[in-house]
Amino acid sequence: MKKSNQRPIWQKTLLGTATSVAMASVGVMGMAATASAEESFKVGFVTFLSGGASGPFGVPAAQGADIVIKAINEGSLPAPYNTKGVNGLTLESVVVDEAGGPTKQVEEYRNLVQRQDVNAVIGYISSGDCLAIGPVAEEMKMFTIAFDCGTSRLFQEIEDPQYMFRTGLDAVADNVGAARYLAETRPDAVRIAGIQQNYAWGQDSWQDFTLAMEQLMPEAEIVNNQTPQLFQGSYSTEISALQTQRPDIVHSSMWGGDMESFTAQANVRGLLSQATAILTTGESGLHRFDGQAPNGTILGGRGPFGGFMPENDLSEWFTEAYIAEHGTPPSYPASKAAQAVLALKFAADNSGTDGVPSSEQLAEALKGAEFESVSGTVRMALAGGHQALQPMSYGEYHFEDGEAELRNVRSYPGECVSAPDGYNAQQWIKEGFPGVDCN
Amino acid sequence: MTLEKTEVSLIGVAVALALLSLVAPNWLIFTTTLAISTALVVMGVVMLMRAGLVSFGQGLFYCLGGYAVGLGGRFFGITDALLLIVLGVAVTVGVAMILGLLVTRYREIFFAMLSLAFSMILYGVLVKSHGLGSTDGFGVVDWTILGFLPGSGESSSRIALLMALALALGVALFLNRYFRSSIGLACEAIRENEVRVEYMGISRKQVLYINYVIAAAVGSIGGSLTALAAGHVDPTMAYWTVSGEFVFIAILGGTGHVAAPFIAALIFTLVRTYAIELAPNAWQMILGIVLLLIILFLPKGIWSLFTRKKRVAS
Amino acid sequence: MLTVWAILIDGFIYASWLFLVAAGLTVIYGVMRILNMAHGSLYALGAYAAASALGWYYAGGGDQLIMAFVIIAASAIMVGALTGLVIERGLLRLMYGRDEVLMLIVTFAVLLILEDVIKLIWGTTPYSAYQPYAAMGRINIDVLTVSGYDLMVLAVSLVIGVGLWFWLERTKVGKILRSIIHDREVSEAMGVNVRRMFTITFMIGATLGAIAGGITAPIISVVPGLGVEVIVMAFAVVVTGGLGSITGAAVGAVIVGLARATSIHTMPELELFIIYAVMATVLIFRPNGLFGQVIARKI
Repeated sequence: MKKSNQRPIWQKTLLGTATSVAMASVGVMGMAATASAEESFKVGFVTFLSGGASGPFGVPAAQGADIVIKAINEGSLPAPYNTKGVNGLTLESVVVDEAGGPTKQVEEYRNLVQRQDVNAVIGYISSGDCLAIGPVAEEMKMFTIAFDCGTSRLFQEIEDPQYMFRTGLDAVADNVGAARYLAETRPDAVRIAGIQQNYAWGQDSWQDFTLAMEQLMPEAEIVNNQTPQLFQGSYSTEISALQTQRPDIVHSSMWGGDMESFTAQANVRGLLSQATAILTTGESGLHRFDGQAPNGTILGGRGPFGGFMPENDLSEWFTEAYIAEHGTPPSYPASKAAQAVLALKFAADNSGTDGVPSSEQLAEALKGAEFESVSGTVRMALAGGHQALQPMSYGEYHFEDGEAELRNVRSYPGECVSAPDGYNAQQWIKEGFPGVDCN
Repeated sequence: MTLEKTEVSLIGVAVALALLSLVAPNWLIFTTTLAISTALVVMGVVMLMRAGLVSFGQGLFYCLGGYAVGLGGRFFGITDALLLIVLGVAVTVGVAMILGLLVTRYREIFFAMLSLAFSMILYGVLVKSHGLGSTDGFGVVDWTILGFLPGSGESSSRIALLMALALALGVALFLNRYFRSSIGLACEAIRENEVRVEYMGISRKQVLYINYVIAAAVGSIGGSLTALAAGHVDPTMAYWTVSGEFVFIAILGGTGHVAAPFIAALIFTLVRTYAIELAPNAWQMILGIVLLLIILFLPKGIWSLFTRKKRVAS
Repeated sequence: MLTVWAILIDGFIYASWLFLVAAGLTVIYGVMRILNMAHGSLYALGAYAAASALGWYYAGGGDQLIMAFVIIAASAIMVGALTGLVIERGLLRLMYGRDEVLMLIVTFAVLLILEDVIKLIWGTTPYSAYQPYAAMGRINIDVLTVSGYDLMVLAVSLVIGVGLWFWLERTKVGKILRSIIHDREVSEAMGVNVRRMFTITFMIGATLGAIAGGITAPIISVVPGLGVEVIVMAFAVVVTGGLGSITGAAVGAVIVGLARATSIHTMPELELFIIYAVMATVLIFRPNGLFGQVIARKI
């Protein structure tokens, strides 16, 4: 018994110091949080900083946002964003790691709003996080922009959204776009196979893609779909299983490192000389494949982002600034993050108030608006003015003399790939795209 | 029934927390609610640890409790929070009674891995359930408590906290007695030497089985409370890293006292949320270092800080 | 028939990779009774070290396949042995004699720390070094293809397996280690320097983990969180086979590999469960795994 009572003095001192430091720092942080400056606008930026989604998505998105935020505070953006700050206020950002699952994100979201007193939140790559945050944002009446998550359920789950916005497209648009591109460029393809990561994103993507294929290429036959685990890395067995089915087309919604690994392995194994791959998020690998994907592989960028950005002042400025800072052109997550920050500036500048605009004023300004962005003009035309309507683009990868580029790019207007309000996306596809407008 | 000192202090602390919630900032209320829910699951881990078993699959019951709330609200139209929690406990006890027959035959790492396997199988089933949103999960319906709608915003999170406090207090009072009941004491004896326990005429199988089922039920309450407070359930709840976190907190607190998991869970949550805020790129490292320091300097967990003081005072 | 061949080929290729990942884990557990969760981090460290060294080599204009393998081996062995030494001497040494489960948690803390250390050193951008994988081409068998690199992994795995077996069964150090496995206290009394043996064992186990990572690096994109994904799989393999047994790890890897390949070729939907289903089934019938030792009850 004596042993446990008698600790060496140094241990006691260390423990004591650690405890008091911890106490003191909690106190200090509490003070710091209450003393937020009046003349700045604070935005919480939530993105993956750890785990497998951080490299391809989370960190490029944070970098893209950071570049735009810096330029906003310097006033160095091209028109119409050439005023300094947001509504004249310095834009401050607090970056939070998105890792840890929806429950933890709800907790961190509340901390952002209530402890850190942010004025708006931008973030969320994972669909699960978006779905969990949506109702909380509405409950807490906090202006929130989802910049990347792709679930089509986001605005089905929130009745009459007020504060939640999404400035990117949902995954339905990716896959309807993919089917349209195939129908136009590979009308003779018969045997269609797929490989998707085994989680909601992969399942939703494959469901939407197969539904759209039934409508657009009824002759084609779905022969196989593989569902490897997320971050599996090695796809040797799946590639064999696909090869035994002799497909013409392999559709994949895999993203990031998984997508790059699969492409490189399938290329070496010869699968991609038998079949053409269509990668719905392939654009993030455009400048990373270095010829590891065969020429003619079809890439998507989840909308007119990254290599699909149209030429305008904003996209030229953004591409240059991103290359200057990071040595590589921005991929689609970086452009999507930039777009969300621009939406925030647009909303704040047009809030028609002095000082810090309220969440209601921001929401009022962005609802149903049209704003300029790195991806061209964005119309907040869906989900009662809360969801962006944008074109969807696909193109073929070509690699020559160390330079990668997109060829044979086709773009489908928003009304061609997204379900109009009042339709469940899957229902819309099954009924043969009522109200579709592809011109 | 007279109250003993521990019970009086438990009730005192719960009442004090309830009163504090009237002035505490909203984020702290929410964080505390989640910490209490987590602590309940950890309590289950601690119960098993007292019997010498470490579960890397307690997330199974946490997830069952959460999904019972989500599904009960969505498909059976149950909105009463207490009823949903009871539903979760009923389902969990059913599952635990079947699994318990098998897993309580195992010890050490095999118990840990077998419980992990079952938890991961549930994870796999939920990931495959496209209708339930797969890994995205789904939202929990607006709930009522005893016919009263807590509304939204500040008051709702306070009511969630009060409910969590009341349930946790009930569980803590029960377990405090349970730990000193014949079964509770038999568990500790099994940890020390199970063969001798058999010699004494106690069925270790029966004791471990009952202990396992109670631990599961307590974990389910924690899962249900989390789902009600966060308003969302997803399969991550059954993933092994979540179960690992529960073991982590259990070791942090130690098995010395019924209050230890609560203190440990609160400290863990606060350390994590501040670590995320201060060092968004290195918070895992901070957590790891804190854990190592505790194992090195407080081998019996945070609770030993309190007992040491008491001994010095006496 | 085609499918049967495909299942056999894919099953053994995957099994060889699983064995590489699991070997270090089971060696450490066998001798030290530590289930090392940080094994995943060592795998990741090896992968990062190899990927960045290869990237540097190929960027400098190198294109020798042999040199690439020398680089993989050298970088993985260096980073593995060094990290193993630091973890064992700097941390585990302070904890010997504690509960097995507490040791598991200690290595979990190491895993958390190393995850961020890796991120601080290499950042979050995926590293890829496909050149050796691409250079080794493929072998065509009807419509099936086998990558040359995968066959090389199979060969390396066999060599390491046989090497480990030889080391444990036929050398003096191996005999000493087996005496420690059998009875730590008696071997200490016979004059065995158990602490030194622990250091050697941990370094070898850690190096095996790093080699598994290094050899996998050219196949995959090396991304953060890599280690966490493999650790549970490695656990499942060694528990199925019987903890601490090299033969067990090999047999466990083959069973899991074949079961997984069968599922992918015939019922891809079940792939997520298969590894856990195999583990649970084996444990139900053989509570200590296939080749595990039954531990005598204390009285």
